[in-house]
Amino acid sequence: MGRKLLLEHINVPGINTFDVYRSKGGYAAVEKALKTLTPDEIVEEVKKSGLRGRGGAGFPTGMKWSFLAKPEGKARYLVCNGDESEPGTFKDRYLMTYIPHLLIEGMIISSFALGANVSYIYVRGEMMPQIRILEKAIAEAKAKGFLGKNILGTGYDLELYVQPGGGAYICGEETALIESLEGKRGNPRIKPPFPAIAGLWGCPTVVNNVESIAAVVPIIRDGGEEYAKIGIGRSTGTKLISAGGNLVKPGIYEIDLGLPVEEFLYSDEYCGGIANGKRLKAVVAGGSSVPILPANLFLKTAALAPRLMSYESLSDGGFATGTMMGSGGFIAFDEDQCIVRNTWNFTRFYHHESCGQCSPCREGTGWMEKVLHRLEYGHGKMSDMDLLVDVSKKIEGNTICPLGDAAAWPVASAIRHFRDEFEWHVTNPSAALAGNFGLAHYADPLPAPEPVA
Amino acid sequence: MLRVEEKQEPVTFSAELTAKMADVVSRYPEGKQKAGLLPILHLVQAEYGWVSAPAMDAVADYLSIQPIEVYEVATFYTMFLMRPQGKYLLEVCRTGPCCLVGAEKIMDYIEQKLGVKEGEVTPDGLFSWRGVECLAACGFGPVLQIGPEYTFYENLTAEKVDTLIADLTAKAKN
Ligand SMILES: Cc1cc2nc3c(=O)[nH]c(=O)nc-3n(C[C@H](O)[C@H](O)[C@H](O)COP(=O)(O)O)c2cc1C
Ligand code: SF4
Ligand code: FES
Repeated sequence: MGRKLLLEHINVPGINTFDVYRSKGGYAAVEKALKTLTPDEIVEEVKKSGLRGRGGAGFPTGMKWSFLAKPEGKARYLVCNGDESEPGTFKDRYLMTYIPHLLIEGMIISSFALGANVSYIYVRGEMMPQIRILEKAIAEAKAKGFLGKNILGTGYDLELYVQPGGGAYICGEETALIESLEGKRGNPRIKPPFPAIAGLWGCPTVVNNVESIAAVVPIIRDGGEEYAKIGIGRSTGTKLISAGGNLVKPGIYEIDLGLPVEEFLYSDEYCGGIANGKRLKAVVAGGSSVPILPANLFLKTAALAPRLMSYESLSDGGFATGTMMGSGGFIAFDEDQCIVRNTWNFTRFYHHESCGQCSPCREGTGWMEKVLHRLEYGHGKMSDMDLLVDVSKKIEGNTICPLGDAAAWPVASAIRHFRDEFEWHVTNPSAALAGNFGLAHYADPLPAPEPVA
Repeated sequence: MLRVEEKQEPVTFSAELTAKMADVVSRYPEGKQKAGLLPILHLVQAEYGWVSAPAMDAVADYLSIQPIEVYEVATFYTMFLMRPQGKYLLEVCRTGPCCLVGAEKIMDYIEQKLGVKEGEVTPDGLFSWRGVECLAACGFGPVLQIGPEYTFYENLTAEKVDTLIADLTAKAKN
């Protein structure tokens, strides 16, 4: 049983209220931070913790904070990214719904560390109930003197506001989010300048995921070194995993990074195995954008080492045989699922969500969607797979923002690992319309790796 | 699509709505009131059920920005409805993870049950439906939401859809 740092009190009745949250030790980290630490010391603790951004890219949070420019006479902003739109990811909604004060507490500490006096939590517009919950929690915290002017008599002022989005995946990308917060279309900006130099209204800005900000609370409460004791290697601390797809127990789990994937998938403490007694065919480990892996390569690396839920182990083997931690959006596919159909669905998603600024992304996602549609619906050609890989390669790395890559990787990886299934769609179009390729060999034991000379 | 030439009567916002809009604008620094655009469009949509061109003009007026700045934003974000919908708009997630657990069947069922295609309104004006992208509830799919409060209905089955539609029909009649 791993330690719970974020969800420890999630089942305590009334934990969504200030008083109950406070009675469980809540806001003690704010007191510690504002009364006994300097902003630089907080940044130092976060660096020591090894915390890596939980929004998907995994960039070290403390380092990101230390890049924030501090020009005289200019406001600095902290913006929390609660856009949570990456298919497969649903942890931030859970956190904001059930333990909103954890996020508020993290926002106060982080804003103080960055020298922000006004901070925003940008939440996707569909999460109207969560927006109300956060606004209520903010009002409570303010009434108790943890927000507003002269917090706890320390002289530090902070206003916190919740901003709704409008239903656009792209606004999860940090510069699109900033544009959206400014009241514009969610078109990502060309970087540089990075938000740390010129972000919201041209001012230095840090954008962090909800879970990253929440993790700052136990880091400050217990110290960065304590946090870093959990986990493995450069994957420190705990991580929320949103587990969905064909599982016995889908849901949100807080794991110690480094947990073996086999244990996560099959133990009763976590996902409890594959639903309906079926077998596992494939996994998308970190949200729809990361490469899909067949069951055998997911459970073990190409070197036959057990795969772990850590940044390094999941990416072991690079894109040839590995994947990525991403946002922790874990999607399990059982033996009845069709990889071609899923790839088409994901590509349709990216085409729909492309902001349209760059032609490789706008047009390329559309072409890939069309080709995948014809493969799925029985009109595919043998050359389509190479065509898809070709288009995906032309998108990858050639766009303003990483949505292009996010759209290219699922297609390239599906063809890399499931080419047989795509070919079967071409050679057996009517069978593919009526049924599907099944588990095939995708869970077979992997061949022993070549001995290294 | 928005057709600005089909302008209806100008709208005047109620005092209550205007007060809420003023509260929104107070969250941003002096001169950055445009940041209030998305929250205000949500308020307008909650009030009228959709966002008409005259309503957008009134928003532009309120925020001291050009009407085009409102149109380009309102049409970019899928949540803003550019034409009237049923009193209850059922928005069903159609993205991959939900499809693994039967979202497509649920959408077919809703279409058949309501007897209208995606985007159309039932003759009694009560219902319309559409597929939307991942709603961050993938572990509890299939899932749908209903605005303006965006209440979630999770782990959908045909029976749950029946109950939901019956409940909403009864609610609308009272
Ligand atoms: C297309 C796209 C969508 C993204 N969506 C989200 C999102 O929904 N939530 C999030 O926290 N980060 C998202 N990100 C990552 C953000 O750009 C940014 O890296 C992150 O919010 C930084 O926070 P972190 O360092 O705490 O992870 C997305 C990135 C891209 C390219
Ligand atoms: S990569 Fe796609 S989403 Fe990103 S800026 Fe270009 S067109 Fe827009
Ligand atoms: S895929 Fe349906 S809620 Fe995420």
